[in-house]
Order: sequence, then C-alpha cells, then structure tokens
Amino acid sequence: MSAEHGSYYLPEPTRWPAITSSGLFLLALGFIMLMNEHSVGPWFMIAGFLVLLYVIVSWFGEVAGESERGLYDSQVDMSFRMGMGWFIVSEVMFFAAFFGALFYARMLAVPWLSETDSLWPGFENVWPTAGPLGENYIGADAHEVASGQFASIGAWGLPFWNTVILLTSSVTVTIAHWALKEGHRLKLIIWLGITVLLGSTFLYLQATEYAHAYTELGLTLGTGVYGSTFFMLTGFHGLHVTIGTITLAVILFRCIKGHFTKDNHFAFEAAAWYWHFVDTVWVGLFIFVYVL
Amino acid sequence: MTATTADQHHDHHPTGITRWLFTTNHKDIGTLYLWFSFTMFIIGGLMAMIIRSELFEPGLQFVDPLFFNQMTTVHALVMIFGAAMPAFVGLANWQIPLMIGAPDMALPRLNNWSFWLLPPAATLLIASLFVPGGAPAGGWTIYPPLSIQGGMGVDFGILALHMMGISSIMGSINIIATIMNMRAPGMILMKLPMFVWTWLITAFLLVTCIPVLAGAITMLLTDRHFGTHFFDSSGGGDPVMFQHIFWFFGHPEVYILILPAFGVVSQIIPTFSRKPLFGYTSMVFATATIAFLSFIVWAHHMFTVGMPLTGELFFMYSTMLIAIPTSVKIFNWVSTMWRGSLTFETPMLYAIGMVFLFTIGGFSGLMLAIVPADFQYHDTYFVVAHFHYVIFGGTILGALGAVYFWLPKWTGHMYNETLGKWHFWLTVIGMNVTFFPQHFLGLAGMPRRIPDYALQFAEFNMVSSLGAFLLGLSQIIFLINVLKTIKGGEKASDRVWEGSTGLEWTVPSPAPYHTFATPPVVK
Repeated sequence: MSAEHGSYYLPEPTRWPAITSSGLFLLALGFIMLMNEHSVGPWFMIAGFLVLLYVIVSWFGEVAGESERGLYDSQVDMSFRMGMGWFIVSEVMFFAAFFGALFYARMLAVPWLSETDSLWPGFENVWPTAGPLGENYIGADAHEVASGQFASIGAWGLPFWNTVILLTSSVTVTIAHWALKEGHRLKLIIWLGITVLLGSTFLYLQATEYAHAYTELGLTLGTGVYGSTFFMLTGFHGLHVTIGTITLAVILFRCIKGHFTKDNHFAFEAAAWYWHFVDTVWVGLFIFVYVL
Repeated sequence: MTATTADQHHDHHPTGITRWLFTTNHKDIGTLYLWFSFTMFIIGGLMAMIIRSELFEPGLQFVDPLFFNQMTTVHALVMIFGAAMPAFVGLANWQIPLMIGAPDMALPRLNNWSFWLLPPAATLLIASLFVPGGAPAGGWTIYPPLSIQGGMGVDFGILALHMMGISSIMGSINIIATIMNMRAPGMILMKLPMFVWTWLITAFLLVTCIPVLAGAITMLLTDRHFGTHFFDSSGGGDPVMFQHIFWFFGHPEVYILILPAFGVVSQIIPTFSRKPLFGYTSMVFATATIAFLSFIVWAHHMFTVGMPLTGELFFMYSTMLIAIPTSVKIFNWVSTMWRGSLTFETPMLYAIGMVFLFTIGGFSGLMLAIVPADFQYHDTYFVVAHFHYVIFGGTILGALGAVYFWLPKWTGHMYNETLGKWHFWLTVIGMNVTFFPQHFLGLAGMPRRIPDYALQFAEFNMVSSLGAFLLGLSQIIFLINVLKTIKGGEKASDRVWEGSTGLEWTVPSPAPYHTFATPPVVK
C-alpha cells in the first residue's frame, strides 16, 4: 500500500516501562510506609523517585532522539497527537472529581447539614465554612489561631494577578509557536523563555499564598471541607503547573539545542496543549474557588 | 539503535524473561495480559471458595468475621481490576490489530508499560492481606467511614487501585489511537468488526471514568492521613459524597466490563450461524447509547442512602432506559441466529449461554432499578445474584468464549472440543447452582457481606456453596485444555471456522509474530 502505511515505526523491545513500574512500586510502597509512620518510608520514596527520574530522562531522551533522526512519519505523529489529547481528557476528568466535590459540598452537603437540627444544632449554612466542629479542628491544626477563626483568600489580590500571569503565559507560548512555524529561532527561544518565567512566577506566588494561608489566615488542609477543597484543587493545579513548567523548560532546552523544524515539532505542541489545559483549569478555579 | 519498520520482518526477538519484560509486540503483550488475568481469576476464585466454605453452614466455621470481610472485599477488587478488565485488554491487544489490519498497536512501548504496571499493583493489593490490620474490609466500594477507619491495608489497596487505574487509562488511550489511526485502507468506521467498536466505546468510558475513581480515592487518602474533611460531616463534608463520586466511576465501570463481552458475542454468533450480524448499525448505536446512559444513572446504587425524591425518580427512569438499547442488542443476536445454519462448537455455546444468562441478570437489574422495590433488595443477596449473573454470566462467559474462539488462531492448534464442552456445561451448571438460589436468599432478606446467617437460609446457602465448588473446580478443565492446545493438537486452518469472516482469519494460524506489515485493502 502507500509508503506511509508500510513504514509505521515499531520500536525495538524496551526496558524503560518495566523500570518505570519498579520505580512507581518503590514510590508507592514508601509512601504507604511514610503515611503509617515507618521510618524507612522516605528512603523507599527517594529510591523510587530517583528511578523514575532516570527513566523519564532516558525514555524521553530516546524518543526525542528517534524523532530527530526522522524515524517518525505522519501516521506515528498522529498516534502521538491522539495519545496526548486523550491523556489531557483523562486529566480533565481527574479535576472534574475535585470540582464535583466542591460543588457537592457547597451546594448540597453544607446546606443539608444546617437544615438537620438533630445532628449539629445551630450550624449555619455559610461558605466558606470549617464545618460544625471546625473550630476544634482548627485549634488542633494551627496553633497560632486561638479563636478558631480563619479567613479565606480574596479573589482580587494575588489570585487575580496569578490569573493575569497564566493567561499571559498562554499568549506567550502561542507567540513562541508562531515563531517556530515561521522559523525564527531566536524569537521562539525568547518567548518560550518568557513563558517558563511566567510559570515559575506563578508557582512562587502560589507558594507565598500558601505560606500566608497557613501562618496568618489559619487556613489549612484541616480547615473543614473548605480547606480540603481549596487546597486539593489549588494543590493539584499547582502540581500540574510545576509539571508543565518543567516540560516547557525541557522544550526550551531542546529549542536552544536546535531541535524541531517548522513542520515537525509535536513535542512542542504537546507541551503547549498541556499548558493551555492547565490555564483553563485555573480559570475554572479562579471563578469557582476564589470569586464565587 | 536500529529502526524496525513494519515492512522489515524481524522475527528474532529476545528470549527468556526479557522477551516478556521488554516486549513491544501486541501479541506478546496480549498473552501476558491473558495469563495475568487467569492468575488473578484463580486467586480471586480461591477467595470466593473461602467465602462459600464459611457460608456452607450457619455459624462461624473457618474464618473470623474480619477476615471474611477482607475476603469479600479483596475477591471483588481482584476479580474486577485483576481478572475481568485485563482479560479484555488482553483480547483487545491480540485482536484489534489483527481485525483492523494494523501492524501493531499505535504506541507499543506505552502498551508494554500498561501491562507491567499490573503485577506491581496486584502485589500491593495481595500484600495488604499480610500487613497489620489486614486488607481493606469495607467492601470493594471502599465507602467511608469504614475505609477511613481501616488500617494500612486500605492504603495498600488505594495505591494498588491508582496503579491499576494508570494502567487502564494508558491501555485505553492506546486502543483509541490504534482504532482511530491504524486501520487498513478501506476499513471505514462503519465496517469495523463489532468487537473493535465495543472496545472503542469502552476505551472512551475508561479514559473518562477511571480518573474520577482516582480523584475519589485520593480524597479518601487525604481524609485518612492529611487531615482533610471531604467525607466527614464534622468538618462540613459528607460520606454520601464519596458514594456519588465513586458510582460516577462505578456505573460506567460495569459497562466497561460488559461491553467488550457484547463485542465478543457479536463476533461469535454470526460465525456459527453462518450469517452476517443482524442490525450492525443499530448494534453500534445501541452500544454508544448504553455508554452515554452509563454516565447519568449512577445514583441507582444509592436509592436507600438518602436523596431528594426528584433524584430518585430521575435515576430510576434513566436506569430503566438502559433496557432499550440492551434489548436491541439481544434482539439482534437472536435475529442473527434466526434461520441460520447453526452449529454448537464451544465458543457458540459460550455466546448463547452469555446471551441467556446476561438477560436474566438484566431483568434482575430492572427489578433493582425500581426505587420502592430496591428499598427491599438493597444490600441483600439479591444484589449479589444480579451482579454475578451479569458479570459471571456476561463478562466471564464472554471472555471464555473469546478464548475458545481465537485460541486456534493464536496457537495454530484446535482445542479439544470434548473438554471444551465439558468445561462449558460444568461452568454454566455450577454458575446457576451458585447464583440462582441467591436470588431467593436476597428476596427473603439475607444481607450480603455477612459471615453468618439465620437458620432459615441454610438450605439455599448449602446449595449455593456446592455450586461454587463445582464452578471453581471446573476451571481446571479450562486450564488443561488451553495448555494442551498450546503444546499440540489438530492443526488449525487459516480460517479456523467454516463461517468466519474478517481480517484476522486471513493470516496464517498460528498468527506470525508480525502481521499486516503491508496493510491489506478492505473493499
């Protein structure tokens, strides 16, 4: 048949997946031990993490090398595109679970709790809430706040600027993509570099906000269902920004090394897709966690 | 590293353990999945034997109640995530590239990783039995507060589920990419074999609902160890919220288990009826409709838990709607057989058995969908009977039928038909003797997940246990038959079955290590 079909790249047997699973196994086992206060847990986790780091560098390195040697045709490229696209769909559903928890708690659980006088008499339906026994929990978790009061983080301070930063970074990564398609390598490197800087700035500000919440506002992971949903949503988003920033930094490094051509740069596009996804999730977070 | 393109035939590959550890070949990976699945089937089956031994008579005989609860929980997790799902991913790996004329799966290295995530995950799950406090014991649905109060075995279970979830998501992404991107020229979507169609839709369900489970168990983990209050009303959370999130995953999950079995049956029945499948287009749309409905019916698992009346009504009616596309499928299978020239080789027996027993499970499902009736049936043995009619009668019979159907293509030998028929009849009789009396037990009010029961339930429980032992023992015939077929036996022709149609029957038996290096043209 057509040459395109006859030359689908079938990789040789590979040892990376088996090593990846071993690393994940060590990481999971160490994490279980850590949570159950076994002192060797962290060591297992460090070992697992190092194995994963080694695999990520090697496996991605191998794929990047194959791509640069031109082993992938357009059909392989399409497989990668579909793989990345559906991976992002699965990530969307992962966040959907946490958004669902937020909506359920806020719209159903807390109102129902306040209506049921037999369970927690006098509990008011307000949001944010630390829950009926929230004060006791806060007393135990954050020693600085004696009164059991906590404050939530307003939308129009730091979170607003973080929104601006992330939305801007979506624009800059697109400009970088245009530059790549036009073949302006210097322009590409500059705008991609700006994107990485914006991502890092976002992470720095988010860390500042967390420190502020923990030390001054009395808002912690233990602050009832509000603290739980707040930190779970923003925390997992922060994790994804971290992964996205590292990915973009690697892509930047590859751009500097001269990888990618005008027509063949899916690794760049995959990282950009991921970045746009992370941005979109943040817009949802900003609206539902901070503004409303 | 040398490039291997599909048009070069590389039949040399590593041997020994590294062949299996490092393989990127869809047939090797399919074989790995199938053996893994069978191993888990035996382990989960042994747990079921412990459960049925304890329930053979009233009173506490062999195990203490906590261990009994661990058995019911881990039996379910092992069977669902270790046996049933990997069995069909294994079938998908072997068959989808053969059926669409592709040289391999779209992402072969990812394929290897999808499989090799499973053994470590299963190790974690089984290891939980041996840690202080034992395995998860609150039921496979891991509802809080029990799952929050459990020991470190619950953490083992959660991490195992996370790893199996990653495996399922990666496997499904691969299947979608393969079907959408690797079809031979001329293989348009509406010519896809039904098995491929059902897997495409199943893979979509997996990609969208497994991450929701991941979210739920992550919140469980943070509630256990990091002070969050998602499922704790003293902090404003709600244990019922877990049930909603869990079943948003859990209901599509049961269709994930059954849809590929529908696909298998849709391959087998036309072959042994020597007629094309009746109503192919309606089959495709019925499958898609079932998949869509699976996302809006989840709370029918929670009718007794407390929900506004409008919620109960919505979930009742949406659940009953599922009967429509499902009946379309059953009607089509029966119509395919109508006036066909039928023969009853083992795969056909399994397919017909599956249609028959799944339909019984479907009817008891309709009974459970009715809210006021469900108030009576909830958490009784009626639910256990219903579930096992659809999952054993549907999924497992479908998987066993698929193995008999394609085994000659995989090994190049015909299996022993006599042993196959013995296996079928003993399995079906054992299954019905095990699970049919459980309907009566449930209707009479026997609760599930209890190691002891009132005296009036004794006879039916004894019958059920005897059936279970027969069911368990008869799987040995299957193992012997498969091993014998791998070692030798009558040579299978390329077409294997007189009525077979489809690309997988155009390649030699056994299928060479690499197939369709040059894609066939489908007219």
